[in-house]
This record gives sequence, structure tokens and C-alpha cells, in this order.
Amino acid sequence: MTRQVAREPASQVAAEPLLQLTDVVKHFPLRSSGLLAGKREYLRAVDGVSLEVRRGETLGLVGETGCGKSTLARCITRLYELTSGTVSFGNADISRLSARRLRPYRRKLQMVFQDPYGSLNPRRRVGSIIADPFAANGLAKGAERKRKVQELMELVGLNPEHYNRFPAEFSGGQRQRIGLARALALRPEVVVCDEPVSALDVSIQAQIINLLAELQHKLGLTYIFIAHDLSVVRHASDRIAVMYLGRIVEIADTEDLFIRPRHPYTKALLSAAPTPDPDLVNDAERIVLTGEVPSPVRPPSGCRFHPRCPRAQSRCQVEDPVLDSKNIDESDRAVACHFPLADGESMLPELKEPS
Amino acid sequence: MLRFLVRRILFGVVVLWLVATAVFAMYFIAPHDVARTLAGRQASAETVAAIRHNLGLDRPLLVQYGSFLWKALHGNLGYSYTNSQPVTTLIGQGLPVTASLVAGGAILWLVIGVSTGVLASTHPRSVMDRSATAFSLFFYSMPTFLLGEVLLLVLFFRLHLSGIDWFPGAGYVALTENPMEWARHLLLPWLTIALVTAATYVRLTRGSMLDVLGEDYIRTARAKGLSRRRVIYRHGLRAALTPVVTQFGIDVGTLLGGAIVTENVFGLPGLGELVMTALSKQDLPTIIGLVLLASAFVVVANLVVDILYSVLDARVRLS
Amino acid sequence: MTLTPPATVEAAAVRVEPAAADTIEGRSPWQLAFVRLRHDRVAVGSSAVICIIVLLAVFAPVVAHLLGHGPNQQFRTTGLSAEGIPVGPGSTFLFGTDDLGRDVLVRVLYGARISLLVGVVASGLAVVLGVIIGLAAGYFSGAVDTVLSRFMDVVLSLPYLIFAIALVSLLGPSLMVSVAVIAFFSWASVGRIVRGQVLSIKEKEFVEAARSVGAGHLRIMFVDILPNVLAPTIVYATMLIPLSIVFESTLSFLGIGVLPPTATWGNMLSESIAYYRVAWWFVAFPGLALLITTMAFNLLGDCVRDAFDPRGNRLFVAVED
Repeated sequence: MTRQVAREPASQVAAEPLLQLTDVVKHFPLRSSGLLAGKREYLRAVDGVSLEVRRGETLGLVGETGCGKSTLARCITRLYELTSGTVSFGNADISRLSARRLRPYRRKLQMVFQDPYGSLNPRRRVGSIIADPFAANGLAKGAERKRKVQELMELVGLNPEHYNRFPAEFSGGQRQRIGLARALALRPEVVVCDEPVSALDVSIQAQIINLLAELQHKLGLTYIFIAHDLSVVRHASDRIAVMYLGRIVEIADTEDLFIRPRHPYTKALLSAAPTPDPDLVNDAERIVLTGEVPSPVRPPSGCRFHPRCPRAQSRCQVEDPVLDSKNIDESDRAVACHFPLADGESMLPELKEPS
Repeated sequence: MLRFLVRRILFGVVVLWLVATAVFAMYFIAPHDVARTLAGRQASAETVAAIRHNLGLDRPLLVQYGSFLWKALHGNLGYSYTNSQPVTTLIGQGLPVTASLVAGGAILWLVIGVSTGVLASTHPRSVMDRSATAFSLFFYSMPTFLLGEVLLLVLFFRLHLSGIDWFPGAGYVALTENPMEWARHLLLPWLTIALVTAATYVRLTRGSMLDVLGEDYIRTARAKGLSRRRVIYRHGLRAALTPVVTQFGIDVGTLLGGAIVTENVFGLPGLGELVMTALSKQDLPTIIGLVLLASAFVVVANLVVDILYSVLDARVRLS
Repeated sequence: MTLTPPATVEAAAVRVEPAAADTIEGRSPWQLAFVRLRHDRVAVGSSAVICIIVLLAVFAPVVAHLLGHGPNQQFRTTGLSAEGIPVGPGSTFLFGTDDLGRDVLVRVLYGARISLLVGVVASGLAVVLGVIIGLAAGYFSGAVDTVLSRFMDVVLSLPYLIFAIALVSLLGPSLMVSVAVIAFFSWASVGRIVRGQVLSIKEKEFVEAARSVGAGHLRIMFVDILPNVLAPTIVYATMLIPLSIVFESTLSFLGIGVLPPTATWGNMLSESIAYYRVAWWFVAFPGLALLITTMAFNLLGDCVRDAFDPRGNRLFVAVED
């Protein structure tokens, strides 16, 4: 299970953005609780995300639970209506299309879900679940449909003879393969994987990730790979975007991000993750973030990370940093921080040293 | 709590208004001509027109509707077509009969139903439980009128043949006139209504008691050393009572508007019989008045249940 | 990669034939419920009773032909005594005759046709209506849900019998009206159950998955959600049949259901009320038929519920371990 499963270097295919997100915002209105319905409050799950996904790459999306990763995934696949902003597929803005006009794009933009139990209808046979994309779009009828479904089952490493079984008769890993087969049925170009392995045993996780890599090579897929487990993302991704409270705070090539994190949050996140190979971490500093993750209903002013950031200055409380490569003079990565870390710089500022 | 109450009351008022409108629409937009029906087949056109005028049926529909609502709001339900008595007077005559029937029946079915249900649930799979469930199945499947007839046949007629006249077969004596006779005449109707209704209460009580007694907190209470009796009655029954209260409210509310079947079988001159008579004579104001009254009883009963609910179960208060 | 065994041991144990070579068939929850039902003596017994009643109803004309007694045929000489009183059970009239000298047996059999027809058709209508409206209310939420739910609340809070009477007085009594009235006052409780189920099921990820592959609202409602709410619906439907049968017989008894001379159990019992002193059989046979039918359906309903939810408590059967 090496990560280099026939993956072309990301730089070679980097030229073409397949999917472009511009200032994507998703707010959920909250039920007003007071006697008199006062100012309506919103949960700012995704609050201004801009991203490019390049053809053929795997873009990892990491962040703590509740940072808005899954919401962003559902905005990209249009399972949620955007509050504002645009999602463009190729040159087409798909964020405002009606259900009917969205159909052709739905076929190119598929999703694998987190919960291998909840994402498969317990009352339907596996064959019918995998055939759902055909049935929903009126494609491939009868025997042809069955043949295609069995091909898909073979493709993802399932026994095609299990066509007539129910999801309950499969293990978690097999169920994720079923979900994958369903997502691949319409020959999509982009597959959004929403924590596809986080519900699985570690030994099964590797199988699924290798399968994803193999399929990417075979079918020329582009992945958006969401996870909260850093080692999984590192293993699977070409580039990684780090999310915090509905925003992307840093985006960079995988190795750059892991070896030279620029954003204090990224660094804290990396240092919190256990790593099997101590050489990969260039210093043994462990940063434990203090305080709770602030509520996405009332996010902090200025930089959203400032209440927990050991490097925060007064500027951070008032000025919202922009995700930009200018912050760090490196053209191929971007960070949203007023005081990004330099190579190997210690997280703790001198101020905290006892004087 | 206050908001919840206000919302429930508003809903009740809306239901009553909808019912009033629906009934009004049913009868006044319906194709058949009331005046002609009342006048009889041989009546001349002038007579029909006169009757129509007298009843106010020649006015525009909206005016009729408005006046109907306005009067109903003031407790005036109009006058019976057949004997020109105010509908409220007719209701005043029928209500004591129905109320007597429902009150006695309700006490009986509560006692029979809940106690049987509790006994069955505290002795699961015993002979007691089996008899209770068999009882429940038998009377749950039994249509009210059939039980009434069977009771008449067995308790009235067979006993009557043997010279025992404990149970009169029909008729009603007012409570104020002769309390003993009142009760005697109502015994069979009470039994009928109570047995049929109690079946549901056995099911409800047994089912929810078994659910509650299987809960962790009951086991905790037992583990804390509380006696079995205390656990069953303090904790179990209290929780199991919530669905019973709901059902009780609905049953009483529905029956107060007219225990139609029971009154019909035993010839009791209650609201149910009034409806049936009005129906056979196409006496629209009476039918409308009775439907409105029956709906009002149900609405009020639901309201009372909601209030009781929030007293019994503090969790409901919040929502 | 290992294959997991079938989810339940029971499922494997009851499989009779080996699976066909090319496909391996899973057992649907329906099949499992059916297997449980087949092993439930009460269920088998009550189904048998229901089957017999259905057969008797279907072959009522055959029986009538064999006996030579039509359902509305009046035997004024053989079927009534000299004083005009019904004749008791005997060799000519197995169940005796009624006040007009008609054969009670034949009329009871013909009555079964009406009861079953109304019971099944009205319950079916109520379930279809309730499922559609409950699905729509639960699935669409928002304004659609508010309107539909309030409507269900209103229907549920009507005193149904008196309303039925008012409706019948307007439309005139008939079989169709009876069915319509019964269905109208029954669908709302189905709708409420379905809505509650849909509210929880539509939050499941598989609904999102269906949307992501391009399924429309109708497809999601009927292909993805409906199968998951069918079990409680079927349980409720079996419980609804006896209620509808009682409802119909009550309407007939009050003279606002199916009109005489058509034989229905309610009609017969209504006519018998003037004769119970002299002709017990006139009350007993239609009464027994009615009671046995409703009891059989109620028992079966209880078993069906148990088969779909084996952990619940049974209502009518204190079941042995």
C-alpha cells in the first residue's frame, strides 16, 4: 500500500481547473428561540470559500469536526443550495441551475458518503442501489442495466453474484465499495468523497484508499477527498486545503503542507496528529490549542482563529486575513494569516517567553 | 405554557369555524331544496316560496352564512324545521340523557380497563394476563350495537322470561325524578358502552405498563430498594397513564356529542337519538347544531387532554 | 476480503432450497416477517379463518344455488310460522329464517361479501390516501407540511360518526358512500404515522445519495422512502380492516349504510332487534359472523405487527416463550 500507486505528478496536470468555487457561502437559518422573534440567527457553516480543483488531482480537505467540510462537499454537489457564491464546472456556473438543467452535471459530479450504513437504503437490494443512477436518469434498461451493474461491482471488488443481497449482509468496507460503485455508475469526472473511510476499521481504510487510487488511475477521476484524519489525507491527496470555521486557512501541495506548514492552525493540527515516521515532522514541538472551537453562529471578529492562536496580535482581532499566496511569496500555495510561519519557525512567539 | 395554551385554543376555534362552514356549505350549496321537502309534494309554488321566505332561505348565501355564524356565536342555533322548537332547547333535553350515559359508562370503563390492564401487565403470561388479553380482543372486536343486542337478549329478555326484571330493556328516567330508576334504566347501556370501550384501555394500559416496566429507570428504582408495589404504582402507572388520559379525553368528548349507537339500541332519548330523528326528517338546523356541539365537545376534550398532559408529563410543557 | 454471513441466523436456518448458481439472493425484511408469521400459530390460525370467510363469501352464490334459497327470496309458507314468526334452525333453513322468511344462512354469506369488500376497499383507500398525503407532508415540510398536518389534525378531531351521518344524509346512503365515508375518516391516522416516519427517514444519507445521482422528488418519495415506511403502514392497514368492517356494520345498523334488502350483517342485526325475543338465531348468526371476522383480523393484525417488530409487546396474545 504505497501512496505512489501510479500517480502522475500533480504539476503535470495542474494547468486546467475543472471545478472552481468562488466565495461559496452556506448559512443555515436557526429556529428563533425567544418569545418575540428577534433578529434571525444563522449558522455560518461555510463562509466564503474559494477553491480550484484541477483535472486529475486529488484535493484533500481537512479540518476538525464541524468546520464545514461536509457542508462544502454538499454545496459542490448541489445537495445544498448555496446562500451565495458560485460553483463552476468547466466553464459552466452550476450553482443556480434548476434541477432539470443540473442533471447532466450531476452525472459528472458524484459523491461517496461517510456513513456506510446510512448511505445505503436498507430496504433495497444492492443491485438496485447501484442501478439507481441508471434508473433515475432513464439509462440502460433491463439486461443491459444488470450487466453494467455487475461490471461496476467487479470494478470495485465486489462479487457480482451478490447482486440480490441487501446492504445489511455486507461489512462496512464492502458497503463503501457499493457506495463507490453507485457513484461511478454514470462515469463521473469528479467524485467528492466525504470522509469515505472514517467509519471503517484501519485495516479496511487502506483497502478503500488503494481502491480509490487505482480507480482514479484507471478512469481518470478527479477527487475531492474529505477527512479529519491527517494521515489518511496525506496518503491520498496531491494537494490539501485546511478548513477552520467555514473558511479555508491554508492550501498547498501535500508535502509542502506537511513539512512546512505556514498557518498556525495547520501547524497545530499537524502536531496533534500521531505520526508513524518521526522524520516527517521537522521539529518535535507539540502545540495544544487552548479553548473551544468558537460557535459558527457567532464567529470571532478579524481572523477566526485569533482567540486560540498563540501568535495572535491585535491586528488579528480586527482584520480578516485573505487567503492569498502574497502572504508568503510562494506562488503555488496560499495561506490566510497575517503572520504566517517561516520554515521551521517555532509556533510560540517570544512574547510568551518568561521575561 | 401560556403560548402553548393560546395556540391550542386558537386551533380549536379554527376547527369549529371550519366545521361550521363545512356543514353550512354541505347543506346550503347542496342541490336539494329544503323548502320543497318541508312543504310536501302537493304544495303549491306559493306555499314553497312562503316557507322559503319564512326560513330566510331566499336571502343571498353570504348573508345566510353570516347570520348563521353570528347567531351560532351567540348560542342561537336556530329553530327545528319539524317542531319549531329552538335547537338549543332540544339539546337541553337530550344532553342530560347522553351525559348520564357517558358519565356512568366512563367511570365503569376506566375502572375495568385500567385495573385489568395493570393486573395483566404486572403478572405477564399468567392466567390473569391471558384472560385480560382475551377479554380485550373479544370486546375490541365487538361492535357496540351487537353487544347491546346481546345484552338485551341475555340480561333483559332471558331474565325477564325467568321472572327477574332487574334490567329494563329500554327507556329513560330522569335522575331528578327517581335516582334508583335512573340508574336501573342505565345499567345495560352503561355496561355496553363500558365493555366495548374498556377493551382499548386494557390494551393501552397493559402495553404502556409493559413498556415502562422494562425501562432502565424502573430497574434502577427497584435496585434502590423501592418495593415492587411502589415502583409499579408510583412510577409505572404514572408514566403509563399518559396515553390513557389522551384516549379518555377523546372518548368522552366524542361520546358526549351523542352516543348514537348505544342510545339507538336502548331507546334512550339523548343527543344521538336526536341526530337520528333529525336525519330521518331532514331537519337541517338540528343536524347542524348537533354536529357543531359534538365538534365543540371534541375540541374542548382535546384541550383538556393537552393541559392534563403537560401536568402529568413535564417534558411536554416546553414544546 | 471475506464475505459476511447472512444477517440473521434464522434467515439461514429456514432457507430450504440452495440458492441458484449465478445469483445469491438476500432475504428482504418482508420475507423475514413472512417467515416469522408462518411460524406463528396464532397468525396461521387467524389467516385460516379469514381464508374460510373469504371463500364462503366468494362462493355465497354457489351455496345459495345448492340450497335453492336466494339471498332476497322470501319463503312465506315454509320460512314463517302460521303466526308469521321466523322459523328456527332446521334441516331446510340451517340458520333459520328472518322476519320476511328469508334464509339467514344465505344472507349471512352474502353479508360477508359486503363486509369484506367494504373493509378491504375502504382500508385500502385510506392507506393509499394516507400514505400519499403523509409522504408529501413529511417529505416537503414547510408550508406543504403545515397545511397537510393541520388538515389531518382537523379530520382526526372530528366526531366521526355524527359527521358520517351528516354526510350520508346529504349524499344518500349507498355502498359507495359508505366506503368513501369510512376511508375519509380513516386516512388521517395513516397519514400521521407515515409523516412521522418520513420525517426521520428523509434525514438519512441514502436520501442524499439518491438526490446526488439525479433522482427527482417523486422517485425519492416512492422508491427510496416509501419502502422504509411500508412496514408500519401494513401493520396499521391490517388493524384498519376490522375497524372498517365494524364502521360499515354500524352505518348499516343505523340505516345509513348499505340499504335493505341487500344483505349486510349490520342490516340483519338492525332488523333482528325487533325479533330478538322470538328469534335468537336472527341475532346470533350474523352477530357471530361479524364477531369472528373482526376477531380474526385483529389477531392477524397483532401477529403482523409482531412479525415486523418482534421486540414489541403483543396486544392480544399473551405469547408463550
